[in-house]
Amino acid sequence: MNIHAIKAIYLFELARTWRTLMQSIASPVLSTSLYFIVFGSAIGSRMVAIDGISYGAFIVPGLIMLTVLTESTSNASFGIYMPKFSGTIYEILSAPVSAVEIVMGYVGAAATKSLLLGLIILGTARIFVDYSIAHPFWMLGFLILTAITFSLFGFIIGVMANSFEQLQIVPMMVIMPLTFLGGSFYSISMLPPVWQTITLFNPVVYLISGFRWSFYGVADVNVGLSLGMILMFMLTCVGIIGWIFRTGYKVKV
Amino acid sequence: MQPIIQVKQLNKIYPGGFHALKNIELEIRRGEIFALLGPNGAGKTTLISVICGIVNPGEGQVLVDGMDIVRDYRQARQRIGLVPQELSVSIFETVWDTVTFSRGLFGKPRDPAYLEQLLRDLSLWDKRNNKIITLSGGMKRRVLIAKALSHQPDILFLDEPTAGVDVELRRDMWQMIRRLRDSGVTIILTTHYIEEAEDMADRIGVINKGEIVLVEDKNSLMQKLGKKQLTLQLQHPLPTIPAELHNYNLQLSEDQHQLIFSYDSDSEHKVIVNLLRKLEDLEIEFTDLHTTQSSLEDIFVGLLEETA
Repeated sequence: MNIHAIKAIYLFELARTWRTLMQSIASPVLSTSLYFIVFGSAIGSRMVAIDGISYGAFIVPGLIMLTVLTESTSNASFGIYMPKFSGTIYEILSAPVSAVEIVMGYVGAAATKSLLLGLIILGTARIFVDYSIAHPFWMLGFLILTAITFSLFGFIIGVMANSFEQLQIVPMMVIMPLTFLGGSFYSISMLPPVWQTITLFNPVVYLISGFRWSFYGVADVNVGLSLGMILMFMLTCVGIIGWIFRTGYKVKV
Repeated sequence: MQPIIQVKQLNKIYPGGFHALKNIELEIRRGEIFALLGPNGAGKTTLISVICGIVNPGEGQVLVDGMDIVRDYRQARQRIGLVPQELSVSIFETVWDTVTFSRGLFGKPRDPAYLEQLLRDLSLWDKRNNKIITLSGGMKRRVLIAKALSHQPDILFLDEPTAGVDVELRRDMWQMIRRLRDSGVTIILTTHYIEEAEDMADRIGVINKGEIVLVEDKNSLMQKLGKKQLTLQLQHPLPTIPAELHNYNLQLSEDQHQLIFSYDSDSEHKVIVNLLRKLEDLEIEFTDLHTTQSSLEDIFVGLLEETA
């Protein structure tokens, strides 16, 4: 295993985060804080509690997930798209590194960054609302699994994208709506029965439900099912990446 | 001695059907400077890209110091440094960070002392903390060379190293390439500046339309294919070449004022002396004389015309 190479890619990618600190950390923290102020403190104080949880506290797990999903996807996709776009990928391709090592470097860095961001937002939320964490170990576990899974997903998008527009389309047009409709701001039991069934086709529902369970011990769907869905999605991404490297698809002719 | 690179029956067909490399057979000797010449689109970059792992090989095999570039890709690639044709480098990084990254990527532990010496040799040390975006094109080219050498490879590929480079940097680069060769590094460069190959290379390969047309020691190539001409400016016009001179390969210019003698560059020196003596005997006087030798460029153009 070429540890030096994994470290080099990982540190290079994290250095990019520090170079663009405002964009990478400050801006997601600010926008999530605004959600907390508007929905948590201002509107939330007029809302009834859901499953015995105050509305402000109820949206904390959903908002963290929203950030972790979008940031993991866009970080990892940008990380691998840039060398493709600028031509510097020649160096990665000519280096004595395996596909696994390349993915560990890029995905590891993207997941680390969004994990840190998730924790920062968790800390920031404390300023605005009062919440408790019933299962801290599971909370961290869900967060790490989600960050890794969606960084893998982002890596795939970065490899497939042919333009910056395509790079941004998935986080903006797919992840964001799925997260909003996946129960970030409401419990799916509040929906009409038909929509409850339709919502179950949204994979993000399982992520948010499981994550919220780790906070408050209540969930829309079974926790085991949530965990299974994340793992299944992760394995799917790993499978696709494996295929990309085997065939050289869009990376190597 | 085993060649450091062996290319055997290599073919590459791109997905669109373009047959970029056709049955390439090539051996690069340890420690030489090998110049790969060819017009645009001949397959130079594809060949280098296959050897370095950037493009998937088609049929055939490439061995780097006996190691297969596909099966033993780690060991093979560790030995190779590549300076690409395009100025592809992460522009927001500093020079120091980018060479540190390259060294790590090729599996080598940190060695600040070596990297410092490398940057000093390439006159980049003063710029080590500069972002690459602030550097000139020539400096960026040096950064790419520093990256390629950061892991101490013993084979260096330079794809069009002096394209768009000013005279001073080109001279610096030639000196650096010679220093590297003296330290035991094998160098393979592609170029379409013939004088570069003529000046630098030990051996020359010519590639055209995906085929290796010729591989030859530079000196023997120039001797073998190089033609020399001796032109004599005659005092009085000469209507015909006298019969006594028919043994010599002579031509008369249209104005009958120039006598042109063509001979191989490896011909014995005496041949000219004999000719001049004969002219004296025949009382053919001349006012001036000069010789010309065909350059590598003439040889190259000649070869391409032959294979066209």
